Amino acid sequence: MEKPRIATTSLAGCFGCHMSLLDIDARILDLAELVEFHKSPINDIKAFDQHCAVGLIEGGCCNEENVKVLREFRRNCDILVSVGDCAIMGGIPAMRNLVPLEECLQEAYLNGPTVFNPSKRIPNDPEIPLLLEKVYPCHEVVEIDYHLPGCPPPADTLWEALGALLKGNPIELSYELIKYD
Amino acid sequence: MSETLKETVGEVCRSVEFDRSRMIDVVREVQKRYGNVSGEAMELIARELKTHRVEVESVVSFYAFLSEMRQGKVVIRLCNDVIDRMHGADRVLAAFEEELGIRVGETTPDGEITLTTTACIGMSDQAPAALINDVVVNHLSSDLAREIVWELKQHGNPALLVKNLGDGNNASELVSAMVKNNIRHRGAVILSRAATGQGLETALAMTPAEVIRNVKTARLRGRGGAGFPTGMKWEFTRAGSAAERVIVCNADEGEPGTFKDRVILTECPDLMFEGMTIGAYAIGASLGIVYLRAEYAYLKRFLESVLDRRRSEGVLGRGICGLEGFDFDIRIQMGAGAYICGEETALLSSCEGVRGDPKNRPPFPAQKGYLGLPTSVNNVETLCCVARIMEHGPGWFTALGSEQSAGTKLLSISGDCKRSGVYELPLGIPLRELLKLAGAEDAQAIQVGGPSGQMVGPDAFDRTICYDDLSTGGSIMVFGPKRKILEVVDAFLEFFVEESCGYCTPCRVGNVLLKKAVAKLISGKGSQKDLAYLQSLAETVKKTSRCGLGQTSPNPVLSTLENFRSVYEEVLVAGEAGLQHDFELSRAVSQAARIAGRTSAHLHP
Repeated sequence: MEKPRIATTSLAGCFGCHMSLLDIDARILDLAELVEFHKSPINDIKAFDQHCAVGLIEGGCCNEENVKVLREFRRNCDILVSVGDCAIMGGIPAMRNLVPLEECLQEAYLNGPTVFNPSKRIPNDPEIPLLLEKVYPCHEVVEIDYHLPGCPPPADTLWEALGALLKGNPIELSYELIKYD
Repeated sequence: MSETLKETVGEVCRSVEFDRSRMIDVVREVQKRYGNVSGEAMELIARELKTHRVEVESVVSFYAFLSEMRQGKVVIRLCNDVIDRMHGADRVLAAFEEELGIRVGETTPDGEITLTTTACIGMSDQAPAALINDVVVNHLSSDLAREIVWELKQHGNPALLVKNLGDGNNASELVSAMVKNNIRHRGAVILSRAATGQGLETALAMTPAEVIRNVKTARLRGRGGAGFPTGMKWEFTRAGSAAERVIVCNADEGEPGTFKDRVILTECPDLMFEGMTIGAYAIGASLGIVYLRAEYAYLKRFLESVLDRRRSEGVLGRGICGLEGFDFDIRIQMGAGAYICGEETALLSSCEGVRGDPKNRPPFPAQKGYLGLPTSVNNVETLCCVARIMEHGPGWFTALGSEQSAGTKLLSISGDCKRSGVYELPLGIPLRELLKLAGAEDAQAIQVGGPSGQMVGPDAFDRTICYDDLSTGGSIMVFGPKRKILEVVDAFLEFFVEESCGYCTPCRVGNVLLKKAVAKLISGKGSQKDLAYLQSLAETVKKTSRCGLGQTSPNPVLSTLENFRSVYEEVLVAGEAGLQHDFELSRAVSQAARIAGRTSAHLHP
């Protein structure tokens, strides 16, 4: 039987959730037995060319490229999981939602106390994706099937949830795995 | 200024004998005199009543009729209930705004007039209506709104706006209101005859236990909406060894579309007070409180005069009807504009001079109510029924109405019908018959029991109005064939968002999310998944909220999902599955595109 494929991505995140995934330690070998990694920063596959069973999304959407990638994931994965607080509610990047976009850019590139920018230009290469007016949680852009909270969700949480998904079982996480205070 | 404020606050606090539990009276009076309760006033009140400023502030910030910001000498509160909107309240509001030169929520620069909107003021049968200070103006139009503003600018006295007095006691000197009773059908129990006092006499000839037994035999259930058996409530309140007990009349008729208590308070106050006195005798109470909603303040002087008369007649006060040892008196507690205070434990909080937060149950008010005393809270109409049951006997009462639901019910019908008003009809009447009486046979949907009730369509018109089928505290709203059901749902949710007390998260946050979810569907961007989400969210809010408000606020959603599923399915989006269609990339990047001076590279992914 063909192994189920999974894909992962980090949008407006810090890769902490991916680090947490790697934190499953030696179990990563079991995971590799169970699944085949498709598009993911872990193996550096850049584009979808096959359909995947599960897509893990880290981070929310802060720019147009995030939106594009997230929509690709939606089209190419049966199940999408928002992993971690940024994907679920915008997280730290969404703190900028309180400030108008123009002011954000000026503070970051011109006025901030630690800015060194002799050219006084705000980066504007055509290659740079345009920012969204605010940071969106993933479920406001595409339909998301599951949410795994945590900053990051602990490795055991990811392991249990992924295992259940791949086996087609309901995700039943014990209290310890979703307790954060 | 400061000195006079100090004197005024001192005087007001003295008038309630520095009783902290009368805080609502104190802040209402300060608000009335100054147009606000300033921070300085709060400090002074706190000092006089020996409490903390935060206690005063929490009250002032809670109630709609109180404010820390100074309001105009005249406050126009236009009712923005769904029925009023159907009758053109939006146009009236626009006219007020234009004529006053301010937006809703603002005060004219000269500090004279404030314009604001408010939830149902109990005038749905004469909508659109507004409160101008305590004065009710009804049947508004944009022309009338302009005239009102013009007049207020001349004399600044809302009382002079009263032109044509209403019928019945509305025309009496102490009420002097333009309000119409709109009594369309007088039933046997309440509206057919004036109070005789016979019920009280009969009751006093019995033992309290016998009175309670009679009320139980009559199978009287609460008329406010919840339908709890009155006799049982009284028995619970009487049980135990408390030295003092309290009976409270809930005249905080706030469920939108309900205005039957307004008519009782205007036309049958004696019957209500009589029932209350019987209740006091039955449970052994010496204190009675009528909690009168702020919107009905125009009835206060009249009700006080009725109480005075009853005292002089010996049917209130010490040794009632010559019965040695039966001392009972009633005071009127004004509300300050909060729907939640219709919920009995929130009402008691309000009577105690704090925010109208519901309390945890148990203990139930019957065990520990007003200031910790066993308390029975009964609806205005329930108490009227009690007086008649005592007068004519329980058998007479049970012969009226249906097998399971005894007696008559006052129904207030409004909306798209020819004859809106109050109907007293036997319980068990089929909805279809009611609609025929009101001239609403072509109705598309009927909201039974107000926003917290349920919406039913023509396939349910043969169902009956009673406790076991379509239960209502009195509100029947009619929506004609052209009304948009989802917009009605949206308006109801807006009401609940506004009126949630904010104590528990499911209600405070859940209602906002429900409204957002419905708005998404209305905008045509919702998918089948959004429908499922709406359903599950509504169920969560219902199951997890702390009090009746949040436990019923999802009802407009749940009952329309069940009875009007097609109106939701008609607006579902046709686009690609899996995407959220209310997210528009072009709009989301438009600011950045303007700042960068270039277009998006991913607009067509």
